[in-house]
Amino acid sequence: MTNTGTLKVTTPTDRAIVMTRVFAAPRRLVFDALTQPELLQRWFFGPPGWSLVVCEIDLRVGGAYRYVWSRPGGTDMGMGGVYREIVPPERIVNTEAFDESWYPGEALVTTVLVEQGGKTTLTLTVLYESREARDAVLKTPMEHGVAAGYDRLAELLAREP
Amino acid sequence: MSPSQRLDATFAALADPTRRAILARLASGEAPVTELARPFAMSQPAISKHLQVLERAGLISRGRDAQRRPRRLEARPLADASRWLEGYRQFWEGSFQRLDALLDERKTQQRRERTKRGNRR
Repeated sequence: MTNTGTLKVTTPTDRAIVMTRVFAAPRRLVFDALTQPELLQRWFFGPPGWSLVVCEIDLRVGGAYRYVWSRPGGTDMGMGGVYREIVPPERIVNTEAFDESWYPGEALVTTVLVEQGGKTTLTLTVLYESREARDAVLKTPMEHGVAAGYDRLAELLAREP
Repeated sequence: MSPSQRLDATFAALADPTRRAILARLASGEAPVTELARPFAMSQPAISKHLQVLERAGLISRGRDAQRRPRRLEARPLADASRWLEGYRQFWEGSFQRLDALLDERKTQQRRERTKRGNRR
């Protein structure tokens, strides 16, 4: 098991959140995992108990994507946007807005993948329309008591060849 | 101050190397202003200004000894600030750890397919 990653989260400006994470895989595989619905549904759902029930992707500039998560004991949460730039396998720029947003405006997400020695560094920059919007997002996971999906990780690790 | 304003004050106070050094010194126990000023090539008023910023952010307070007026570290705002980033980090870390496992699986798959193709040749 090559579990290399430590997630770094920084707030370099008033409106931005930047996340950096290294994956022990070529960036082609990481790009696929970020853009193919059947792969996204296997990992992109935050806390345990959630699932990504809708995952539609029209991967072209101007094309739309839509995600809906179902949560135990809660209403579904929908989110979507439009692709502004797609450069496989190194760069994606897209807008992002939640159906029932708790922050004003939409965000602009830039994903950059850099490969070196078979490892890929993912840098995700989320630019919000205001500092208030950014701060609202940062506070959400904490207030909802969201913890990492360590249980599911343990399951996946147990299944590793 | 609202929680959001308190976080602003904490992060603003931390955005200076002198103030971080003062906090690091206070982490090992309270100290009077003269002692806090010693490692820095700075005038006493300049140090006092930094101490004021830290005090307004709630990161330090004054001890009981009226004569020495020692400053001491208040841990609570620092803990709040680090929890704030931590919540966001954990949310994504859960997903990314699953992505690690998925990528491993796909790498193994690709290797197998390559080997199969090689055998056929």
